Amino acid sequence: MEKEINSKNEWPLWEVFIRSKAGLDHKHAGSLHASDAEMAIENARDVYTRRMEGVSIWVVESKNIHASDPGDSSSMYDPAADKIYRHPTFYNLPDEVKYM
Amino acid sequence: MTVHSFQEHFDSLIDNDIAIEPKDWMPDDYRKTLIRQISQHAHSEIIGMLPEGNWITRAPSLRRKAVLLAKVQDEAGHGLYLYSAAETLGVSRDELYDQLHTGKAKYSSIFNYPTLTWADMGAIGWLVDGAAIMNQVPLCRTSYGPYARAMVRVCKEESFHQRQGFEIMLTLAKGTEVQKKMAQDAFNRWWWPSLMMFGPPDAESPHTEQSVRWRIKRLTNDELRQKFIDVTVEQAKVLGLDVPDKDLKWNEERGHYDFGAINWEEFKNVVKGNGPCNKQRLDTRRKAWEEGQWVRDAAQAHARKRKEKMAKAA
Amino acid sequence: MQSNTNTASPSAAAAEAQLKYTLQLADDALIIGHRLSEWCGHGPILEQDIALTNTALDHLGRARSLYQYAAELFNKLPSEAKNNFFTSIPMQQLIASGNNIGEDNLASLRDGWDYRNALLLEQPNTDWAYTIARSFFYDAFNYLSFKCLSDSPDAVIAAIAAKSLKEATYHLRWSKEWVIRLGDGTEESHMRMQKAVDDLWMYTGELLAPEKTARQNGVDGSALRQPWLDIITEVFSEANIAMPAGTWMQEGGRDGRHTEHLGYILAELQFMQRAYPGMQW
Repeated sequence: MEKEINSKNEWPLWEVFIRSKAGLDHKHAGSLHASDAEMAIENARDVYTRRMEGVSIWVVESKNIHASDPGDSSSMYDPAADKIYRHPTFYNLPDEVKYM
Repeated sequence: MTVHSFQEHFDSLIDNDIAIEPKDWMPDDYRKTLIRQISQHAHSEIIGMLPEGNWITRAPSLRRKAVLLAKVQDEAGHGLYLYSAAETLGVSRDELYDQLHTGKAKYSSIFNYPTLTWADMGAIGWLVDGAAIMNQVPLCRTSYGPYARAMVRVCKEESFHQRQGFEIMLTLAKGTEVQKKMAQDAFNRWWWPSLMMFGPPDAESPHTEQSVRWRIKRLTNDELRQKFIDVTVEQAKVLGLDVPDKDLKWNEERGHYDFGAINWEEFKNVVKGNGPCNKQRLDTRRKAWEEGQWVRDAAQAHARKRKEKMAKAA
Repeated sequence: MQSNTNTASPSAAAAEAQLKYTLQLADDALIIGHRLSEWCGHGPILEQDIALTNTALDHLGRARSLYQYAAELFNKLPSEAKNNFFTSIPMQQLIASGNNIGEDNLASLRDGWDYRNALLLEQPNTDWAYTIARSFFYDAFNYLSFKCLSDSPDAVIAAIAAKSLKEATYHLRWSKEWVIRLGDGTEESHMRMQKAVDDLWMYTGELLAPEKTARQNGVDGSALRQPWLDIITEVFSEANIAMPAGTWMQEGGRDGRHTEHLGYILAELQFMQRAYPGMQW
């Protein structure tokens, strides 16, 4: 019976991403329900930027988000662990070199 | 991995203070306990809008009206954040509402008390939000990621709530005789129910031990209650209000206030549905939900029609 | 009721007229804000409860700015003009005491006949469709009139209008979308939307009634009628809502003749200040 209540009449769920100020990435802020994308953006504005937290909003219907499987995390992320040459601190520079 | 090793992995995350995220494996009990706790909290926010909402149209000044409105709106936001966190555990908001509306789910019993005067807006902000913050701050580091993130947001916004409540009390306490009387009367009525907000004594609280291990609770009911009393009694002194407890006394040895017996019989009854406003609160919520059905349906129907139209046009 | 006596100089008369117009703008904002605030905690879905409250807060914020300005204008009037400006006993007593008045006195101590809001805005929420229709008519009017008011020769009014225009632009977008959703949604929502529009239509004329002081502030009601109708017509056609047939327009709010609803709004809104007069909260 509970499954019946579930989702049938419910407005779709959306994930909200907010750019808090120009120059920064959009960051996941939370989620909400809305009947369409326009409403989702407006709801995001009303729910997640009441205290001037944003300058730009993205919304994505939650069902369209594809996530990696945490069970795969060893194959997904561990291989990056030995590629320290991707990180700037891997390289030794003389102290005289500034601002690099 | 076998179930056993899943469990080991989960335990090691918990033991190492690493957040559990929605797609991680988790024991059924953990999921169930979280859904219960998060949704109870969400319901409390939504029901909690009503006693204060009761005074929005009667606020004594335009400034107070705007502040109260913004505060009650924040509570709607907090309910929303929490329902969203619960939804990551595989339950829908509609299901949770259904549990609330059918009386299956619980919410904080404090909201079953009536708001009789303007001073109640002060007392609720000061005491009820004060108690809530004490409960909630430790949850910002709770083990379940989405819950912890929701709580960070809630706590950040909550801080203005307690301040505005205290400010109302302070204004009344510094006001005329009748205003002082109003403040004391509200304090008398809200003090004991606020202490009950921390839940039954540890000895009778069935979930505490497991919940502390899972970090979905970080301090016990009694610890939090004591902390609240110690802090609040000092604040009452600033206001010049009398704590309505003749047994209240500083205990040098314990470094805490001793306090009188809490009427747990009353607490149990209010939880059971016999509080002064239980029925009224639930009826109001149900009515809003039922009367909103055609609105929600209309928006869905329009979205569907528009999608079809756009598909045809393409 | 008013002090348009022979002794008043033209500039005093102009100051009084500007005060009345400011009060009219403020009363509109307060009364709609009050009505929308009644929804808080009772909305059809959490997200929209929050949205509507944001709008209510915008209206209340504007009401406060305007009342503060109105109080300033009032306090500058010559005392003979002050004495008969408002009709209620508490207001007269306050003025006779020689004290300055403030925003809350204006909201809490005037009776209905000194309230100048449009009748539309005091109509009850009834249901989501009525609430949307009422907001839509008013938002469209605000959107157009704040544009004009932003250029008012009165710098305070111009500044308030410029800020409010941004809010009104969003309000209009929101209410417009809801008219379309409900009009186009289900059979039931269509019926309710049409009924709300039909029932409230006769209160829309007052918004656009030509007024001298409004014109001096840049708002020419008769010039705004067509752009306002254009917005309404366009949205109605997208929403499948029929233009109401009625042509009779009910007026009176601008002169303090209200519907029965205002009295009850004021009874709640003013309760604290009336029961416990003269206190700080």
